[in-house]
Amino acid sequence: MKTLATIAAAGMIAAGPALADLVIPDLHYRTGPYAAGGIPFSDGYQDYFTLLNERDGGIGGERIEIVTCETGYDTERGVECYESTKGQGSLLYQPLSTGITYQLIPRATADGIPLHTMGYGRTSAANGDVFEWVFNYPANYWDAASVFVNFILEENGGSLEGQTVALLYHNSAYGREPIRTLELLSEQYGFNLIQLPVDHPGQEQGNQWLQIRRERPDYVVMWGWGVMNQVAVQEAVNIRFPMDHFYGNWWAGAEHDVMPAGEGANGYRALNMTRLGDLPVFDEIQTVVLDAGLGAGEGNNLGSVLYTRGMYAAMLAAEAIRTAQEIHGTAQVTPAMVRDGMEALEITDARMAELGMEGIGPEFSVSCTDHGGAGMGIVQEWNAAEQQWVTLSDFIESDASVIDPLIAEDSEAFAAENGIEPRC
Amino acid sequence: MPDQLLFAAEVSINGLMTGVMYALVALGFVLIYKASGIFNYAQGVMALFAAMTLVGIQEGRVPFAHLINSITGAHVSTVGFEIPAILAILLTVAVMVGFAWLVQKVVFKHLVGQEPIILFMATIGLAYFLEGVSDLMWGSEIRTLDVGLPQGINDAIDQGTFNAFGYGFFIDNLDIAAAIIAAILVAVLIAFSQYTKQGRAMRAVADDHQAALSVGISLNYVWVLVWSLAGIVALVAGIMWGSKSGVQFSLSLIALKALPVLMLGGFTSIPGAIVGGLIIGVGEALFEFAVGPLIGGATENWFAYVLALAFLVFRPQGLFGERIIERV
Repeated sequence: MKTLATIAAAGMIAAGPALADLVIPDLHYRTGPYAAGGIPFSDGYQDYFTLLNERDGGIGGERIEIVTCETGYDTERGVECYESTKGQGSLLYQPLSTGITYQLIPRATADGIPLHTMGYGRTSAANGDVFEWVFNYPANYWDAASVFVNFILEENGGSLEGQTVALLYHNSAYGREPIRTLELLSEQYGFNLIQLPVDHPGQEQGNQWLQIRRERPDYVVMWGWGVMNQVAVQEAVNIRFPMDHFYGNWWAGAEHDVMPAGEGANGYRALNMTRLGDLPVFDEIQTVVLDAGLGAGEGNNLGSVLYTRGMYAAMLAAEAIRTAQEIHGTAQVTPAMVRDGMEALEITDARMAELGMEGIGPEFSVSCTDHGGAGMGIVQEWNAAEQQWVTLSDFIESDASVIDPLIAEDSEAFAAENGIEPRC
Repeated sequence: MPDQLLFAAEVSINGLMTGVMYALVALGFVLIYKASGIFNYAQGVMALFAAMTLVGIQEGRVPFAHLINSITGAHVSTVGFEIPAILAILLTVAVMVGFAWLVQKVVFKHLVGQEPIILFMATIGLAYFLEGVSDLMWGSEIRTLDVGLPQGINDAIDQGTFNAFGYGFFIDNLDIAAAIIAAILVAVLIAFSQYTKQGRAMRAVADDHQAALSVGISLNYVWVLVWSLAGIVALVAGIMWGSKSGVQFSLSLIALKALPVLMLGGFTSIPGAIVGGLIIGVGEALFEFAVGPLIGGATENWFAYVLALAFLVFRPQGLFGERIIERV
């Protein structure tokens, strides 16, 4: 019995992180149909925390323990991952899936663990008055739709009257998110909106692109993920749709989305919530993490769109933890303290430069009522010859006069359904 | 000709072309089911594995590089040179034949005489195993496949139909290539099964295992042969679908598109797979064109199954399947 107890105790020590560590779960997907997007994001996410551990000894002197769990982008497995890791002292979750996010919102709220869904998930979670434990800064889907419209507005001298925009979307909760915003914007700016759903996984889009060819919309904007993106870009090339009038949202603008279509993809445009380019932090990750053989992956994703985004997400988490440590005067923070840190988060240009990420994102601050951040995005264009994205714009603001009432409407309905009292 | 009629004609032709792509996947199922009574759940993953192997060989990648690097601490990824497409295809065929031999030797040899449901379960296991091996062997990144197949709008058809009707039809060159390759593949498969000794042995096993055994036909040999042919068909399907989307995990899901084709065409008929593919392809395209806009679109996935189900009600064995009569 004594031996058994010793083995059990040893097993527990080996399986879980040390109690004093800052536990950050990484609910990644490195297998399955969406692995091509999941791998670089997870690499960037983990490598940044490894950098903090190796270079700074963690955050505020506390080392970070990354707990990984494979979701396969499957909602049920994502929930299982959450349930199996939350007891290890997990400080905050970033599940990188709208489906998983929707399932985790009530669970994380009940458990008192903050959720950060950067640029995905439930858009109205930007209303901190209702969603105490959920944050989606620095931008959400409705911001993305508005940023896209603002960009093409500027391209067209401030008028979209009589123009046609086709929304090609993944026929899921994620893909349907921008519809309401685009409908309102189409009424406001007088453009015609065509909606073209594509069923999971999106391998077959022949009919949708025949319709695009027939109706000749002025712009196509895509809300896709996974194989849907690569097929859509190829189909656009096939029908010779002008690529500089084909826009993807920020989940349809990675290198692997355009490379299979080769030269034809040249000029394809996409939104991004982070700026690209050589950042000093990449050199540090290369020398401190990758060259030391501590990288989460093979190191070949460093600097790519989704690697950069994963790293940015990790930076925002680290800064929230640092803020929580300052607020509560302790390095050993709890999930509730991290939530306080997230709500008091302030990202400035000076801080980003200090972290070796100058200009990677917009300046923003979070508050009790505003969990949504700046709501800004950039537009980038694919240069096929150079095999790289070129930034076309500065950070563009979304239209708060359209987005804010939508957020209020949706979050208030959620509050009424769930008996939530506004708290701010 | 009114515009709507022209559009419907264009949609129908493209639907037929898509149907050919579905049929390419369904063919692999038919070959194995016909010869062994096994519904091979792993056929879609075989297409993924074949295409990943082809691209891996073509790019000169070291298989299991990630595993090798993790164990040895080395940093190998490629052999340093690329391999021509034709040679890479031949090497991939060799890999698929080796895979067929292994499957027979390790799995199905031990399951002779088992219930069909046991064999089906074995193929489910095989599918997940192969998925993992494929990932471990070649990685999860999306690979660009280029074996020299044409892609994009066919200008001659576009111009010709524009001159005739005032509206240019879109037909993808890749779909035309797929149709030609599928026709050649079916002709070769039929000729092989009709006019060669091995083909006759295959048909004999398909008709009656016991009788075939009693006249000295090796069941093992025939099953290896059939799995090899299914592997080659999977490679062709993988090339065609992989050229559209890049070679990636989602290729394994194309099997879902083959199921209604099989339900409609029958599990035991090669021509059935082709005709079933064409009917599903054109049926779902026309339904999406005519009814889709009224009910929110994205009807292709479920309508294919509804169509197949409708056929099943009236002809359970499918259009070309063998009628099963059990006397009780």
